[in-house]
Amino acid sequence: MIRAVNIIKSFGQQEVLKDVSCSFEPGKNNLIIGRSGAGKTVLLKILIGLIEPNAGKVWYDDQDFFSLSKDQMRSLRMKIGMLFQGSALFDFMNVEQNIRFPLDMFTNMTLGEKNKRVDFCLERVSLTGNNSKFPSELSGGMQKRVGIARAIALNPKYLFCDEPNSGLDPKTSIVIDQLISDITKENNIITVINTHDMNSVMEIGDNIFLLYEGKLAWNGSKHEVLQSDNEILQGFIFASPFLQRLRDKALNK
Amino acid sequence: MSMYWAETLRQMNSIGIGSIVIVGIIAIFIGAVTAIQFSYQMGGSMIPRYYIGYIVRDMTIIELAPTFSCMVLAGKVGSNLAAELGGMRQKEHIDAMEIMGVNTAAYLVQPKIIAALIVIPMLVCVGAFISIMGGYLASVPTGLFAHSEYVQGLRSFFIPYNVWMMFVKAFVFSFILTSVSCYQGYFVKGGSIELGNASTQAVVYSNILILLSDYLIAMIMAV
Repeated sequence: MIRAVNIIKSFGQQEVLKDVSCSFEPGKNNLIIGRSGAGKTVLLKILIGLIEPNAGKVWYDDQDFFSLSKDQMRSLRMKIGMLFQGSALFDFMNVEQNIRFPLDMFTNMTLGEKNKRVDFCLERVSLTGNNSKFPSELSGGMQKRVGIARAIALNPKYLFCDEPNSGLDPKTSIVIDQLISDITKENNIITVINTHDMNSVMEIGDNIFLLYEGKLAWNGSKHEVLQSDNEILQGFIFASPFLQRLRDKALNK
Repeated sequence: MSMYWAETLRQMNSIGIGSIVIVGIIAIFIGAVTAIQFSYQMGGSMIPRYYIGYIVRDMTIIELAPTFSCMVLAGKVGSNLAAELGGMRQKEHIDAMEIMGVNTAAYLVQPKIIAALIVIPMLVCVGAFISIMGGYLASVPTGLFAHSEYVQGLRSFFIPYNVWMMFVKAFVFSFILTSVSCYQGYFVKGGSIELGNASTQAVVYSNILILLSDYLIAMIMAV
């Protein structure tokens, strides 16, 4: 389990996270949602150690993340897979080299074993046969899938996804969501997804954290969203009149 | 380890092979202009004509080949390194590597510096040779002076220590231009304007430091 405890983070005078605490469970899709500027990305970056909080702790099981030595942190990070908003594929490497990169860096596998693992990861994201293509030759959705393949290459224990659906059409978004969800359940890993895609929330949101103005405003599952009377949540999820009508219909109002 | 070695080789190819043409072009003109200028300045004096070959050789080896080449490389290689690393920072490539547990300074910066320390002195050496050839081509076929005079000058008063000084300069300058450029790119923040600024600063700071260290090396080694 990953736990963020009493996280406070400021940039200059601006307090971005105000005493946020949350727990992310294995085998579940843990979604951090909220409006732009609510602090989602900052929280995600704190969870993966790219930003250090002003106060508070992040626990990976029984390890205090920010108290780890450099070597301990490096070995913990090898258990982390990350899908970036822009995929962050290395553009001087082709698809195969991108996915093989963490294997080259951290394993003593033979080239044959690495290629086998690359092919497995590519098959898992339905991109078999695209080994020699470069990121610039791939569509946005394909880049995300290569990003996922690279993130799972080392069999991570923790998977972080920053806006996995941004810039994708609704159908491709569903494919990406389902892929992330399937990988999470199959491997019983802890997946944390930072999103403001309402479709993702209602499809794969096992454990949802709503951030509002730097505070945790609501926590629950997708099944509890409709029943909740939390005004911030309702105002965020059902922002448009169309969605409000749908909600009312679903609740037979 | 092989990943670091592969990256070092990639950088050696990029910096070395990728810069040989520009270094060659600059070197040939440096030699040519030096020969013509000295020929002009020494016209009518009592100084023997073969001294021109000697002056071209030593000017090239001691000063022009390392300094000119490295200042040009600061523009070509330095801006390229700053832009490459800055682009990787902005496109979250560096973050992606850090999250994987990669020591990004060791993987991205160190191979560039090592590659530069190996190939730039070689480039400077090639540049010095081409420059001396440039001096010959600009003066002998055009009739400024004879083949025998130029060759006699090249063979006169040769001090091997000057070659050592050239390599010291090339080594120091290559470290300066890569480390300054990598620093500017690695720590870039913001968008494309900041990336452009970082690239410009990489070239400007590298050139200033190259000139400053040129003076210091001259003071230490030649005085």
